[in-house]
Amino acid sequence: MTDDPLQDLVLDGNAVAGSLVDAFGEEMTATPGECASCGNVAPLAGLVAYTRGPGIVLRCPACTAVMIRIARTRQGIFVDVQGARGVAMPPAALRPIA
Amino acid sequence: MADRFVTRGFVGKRQDAGSAADRVPPGQHLVSDFPVLSAGPTPRTDLRKWSFRIEGLVKEPAQWTWDEFQALPAQEFLKDISCVTKWTKLDTHWRGVSADVLLEHVELDPRARFVVAFSDGGYTTNLPIPDLINGQAFVAYAYEGKPLAPEHGGPARLVVPHLYFWKSAKWVRGLRFLADDRPGFWESLGYNNHGDPWKEERYSGD
Ligand SMILES: [Zn+2]
Repeated sequence: MTDDPLQDLVLDGNAVAGSLVDAFGEEMTATPGECASCGNVAPLAGLVAYTRGPGIVLRCPACTAVMIRIARTRQGIFVDVQGARGVAMPPAALRPIA
Repeated sequence: MADRFVTRGFVGKRQDAGSAADRVPPGQHLVSDFPVLSAGPTPRTDLRKWSFRIEGLVKEPAQWTWDEFQALPAQEFLKDISCVTKWTKLDTHWRGVSADVLLEHVELDPRARFVVAFSDGGYTTNLPIPDLINGQAFVAYAYEGKPLAPEHGGPARLVVPHLYFWKSAKWVRGLRFLADDRPGFWESLGYNNHGDPWKEERYSGD
């Protein structure tokens, strides 16, 4: 990744802490999440965040697979956690997307 | 399109300025740089391993190596592009191969109605076939006279300039034809399935 000219666009999960609160209803950066692709476990603060796009994409720091996606639309916040296993979701997050 | 708003004697720079404003879709602002948007790490595909494939509901799939793709009839395209993050860039200059040329190499199954563009890194985006054909989409490998840079989707990206730019899949590796629509990376997360900037089709339900 060191030769990646986009590296300066890449953040970690702390940078999107506010969006995680919006999406899940509470502070999530310390919550561990397991990558559904490779099994790596990391707190959400340790995920790799891509924020320069239509929505936020959080990727596994070990294998780069998509773990969480968040998009803010006119209808509300869409959250996809299909790439993350074992994230202890707060009750507020247990609702259908959109 | 702009002509309706310009009187017959209205020439030169003022007409140009008026036309430029008329080329910016609602809710968008003009930029002169080329913002880089990305949902993941930039893939670095060895051109010797690169291929472009047309598959799915076709009689026989078609596939080209990089060299074979370069040998296809290419065209220059001068297009305005609009990103759903609200920037519009006028007169972007591309070189690439029209989707119409690519489709000459396959026989579509009559059931095919939709296409999914798929990319290195796993990105996908979906289009109805009528938005892909008749000169509306191309696979670009050069931008402003230079090989398309990786951060802008090189070695090759789909360009569908009449739709929001997330439809113009970076690092594209092929087109898959389907009978049923299959929402892509952003379309499955609340973004509009079609994405016409002139109708402000940003989000699902717009
Ligand atoms: Zn992983």
